Amino acid sequence: MRIAVKTIYTIWLREAKTFSREKFRVVSMIAQPLLYLAVVAKGISSAVTLNGNAGINYLTFMYPGIIGMSILFTSIFSAVSIIWDREFGFLKEVLVAPVPRWAVALGKTFGGATISMIQATILILIAPIIGISLSPLIVVEMWIMALLIGVALTALGIAIAARMSSMQAFQMVMNFLVMPLYFLSGAMFPITSAPPLLKALMTVNPLTYCVDGLRNIIFSNTLMTAGPFVGRSVVEAAMSFGLIRWSLVFDMSIVTFVAVVLTAAGAYRFNNQQE
Amino acid sequence: MLTDVIHVENLVKKFGNITAVDGIQLDVQSGQIFGFLGPNGAGKSTTIKILATLVKPTSGRAAVAGFDVVAKPNEVRQSIGLVFQDQSLDDRLTAQENLWFHAMLYDLPSTLFAERIENVLRLVDLIDRRHSLVRTFSGGMKRRLEIARGLLHHPKVLFLDEPTLGLDPQTRNAIWKHVKALREEKGTTVFMTTHYMEEAEHCDKIAVIDHGKIQAIDSPAMLKRMIGGDTIIVSGDDGLAESLKRAYNVEVQKVGSEIHFQMASGAEFVPKLIAGFAGRVKSIQVKQPSLEDVFLKLTGHSIRAQEGTSQDQMRQMAQLWRRR
Ligand SMILES: Nc1ncnc2c1ncn2[C@@H]1O[C@H](COP(=O)(O)OP(=O)(O)OP(=O)(O)O)[C@@H](O)[C@H]1O
Ligand SMILES: [Mg+2]
Repeated sequence: MRIAVKTIYTIWLREAKTFSREKFRVVSMIAQPLLYLAVVAKGISSAVTLNGNAGINYLTFMYPGIIGMSILFTSIFSAVSIIWDREFGFLKEVLVAPVPRWAVALGKTFGGATISMIQATILILIAPIIGISLSPLIVVEMWIMALLIGVALTALGIAIAARMSSMQAFQMVMNFLVMPLYFLSGAMFPITSAPPLLKALMTVNPLTYCVDGLRNIIFSNTLMTAGPFVGRSVVEAAMSFGLIRWSLVFDMSIVTFVAVVLTAAGAYRFNNQQE
Repeated sequence: MLTDVIHVENLVKKFGNITAVDGIQLDVQSGQIFGFLGPNGAGKSTTIKILATLVKPTSGRAAVAGFDVVAKPNEVRQSIGLVFQDQSLDDRLTAQENLWFHAMLYDLPSTLFAERIENVLRLVDLIDRRHSLVRTFSGGMKRRLEIARGLLHHPKVLFLDEPTLGLDPQTRNAIWKHVKALREEKGTTVFMTTHYMEEAEHCDKIAVIDHGKIQAIDSPAMLKRMIGGDTIIVSGDDGLAESLKRAYNVEVQKVGSEIHFQMASGAEFVPKLIAGFAGRVKSIQVKQPSLEDVFLKLTGHSIRAQEGTSQDQMRQMAQLWRRR
């Protein structure tokens, strides 16, 4: 047990250290979502009207989704670095060490989740600029959500990368996993107005509950300034117009459940791999 | 008391239709330095990977430190250290961080960290570069760090897969001294592969392996005795080889302009040769048999040390290139 904890800590620390040294990754991690936000703010949001006319503009709707997207990319990227490690040989050093491999997977999972939390923290700081009011509670709740979904997605990535050995495989993951996960998460359009097939797919996508949860969290301290709900909470307005689908408790429960299941799956798959 | 630290029985490993290891049988006793000598693709690394629990054998049995490698991989891993043939460092970490990482994974007591890390860094002459990122190291420096890391925790069995490939003789000697000291002080068993014949001479026992099969296992001295005498190398006129063959009833091999053959006692043979072929022989050399000769005799081809090294260099270069 002591060895397992030590292993988790050691692997986690390596993830954090190597991350902090990759300037390019740090910069792109911050710049990319900002770029998306800018594009959305200037472009799409002026052309799109959401369900009914709740008085919530598209940028506000999209903002939690962009945080969800960043967490998705960051987590998956952390996980598939296993393929890198394999290609460049470092994984052998870990696999031959007298430590439980599931603990290695856990260390990696927490490493990915930590980076996701850092990223979410940076992104939440721009909330006031787009008219969303923050509170300490919002930040704490968002951290919990980022941790849970970061764990879930990194673990998912590990479960996939544990049996992969090439960069082509990584491209496959990006195309057939990450992009659908994002587009079908409710980040870009609300699940309530989606056609039945998409709705079904969105319902089984864990990221959907993350994004829904983030909306619950992030809108909770902001009041409506226009539309039929003026003066009342944005959450309330979004809820009644189908822009938020479930309650925060429900979202959190689902994400927690998924995080636990995927962590177990990632650890199991990593544990039973060969060189 | 001598005990078998490594026990291998009918070990087979197939990759698709390639049989990399083909029914190997061997025992290594505690405190021995055991050498695996063979050309590229002979199955040396594959055998080490099986013993180190990284690859599962197709059939057969192997035990390290008394633990079966398939049934008890964790116990095996606790007993071994391994220097890989290919790079396995994290080049985004510094030299010291790589060692620290290893020390953590191998659960070294933290009171030993500083001293051990400093010792091994000194051994491979990297103490001045301890805080540099491994990415900035030359190929040889990376190799040295890799070896340092393998020596950091003191395992019961140390596997070294072509540990000194591409290193200068000075570093090689320092590493050998250290390995031998480890053996004396801690009774470490060393299982190594090599292309270098001089290095194989350090071993207590050598297994000559070719195409996944062991051709012979013995001490270097005994293996050389198999050759049956000394190697005589002469040069002279064109018909000399034929004449020698007839005169002494020996098998001769032409290597360039030289004629090689074996003779039971080389020193006593020289005067006879001079008397018999005065004027026709230009030069005579008498050589003690080398492991190279042993290899040639056992497998019918040379170990292609030259070719091997250049291939390895290419492999390393390809790796370095991909890494950029
Ligand atoms: N993962 C693998 N998949 C398929 N074939 C493999 C694999 N690993 C090794 N082989 C094959 O097994 C054979 C033995 O390889 P191995 O690496 O054990 O040789 P070696 O004796 O270490 O050679 P070298 O001196 O070049 O290091 C080779 O023919 C090689 O192509
Ligand atoms: Mg090899």
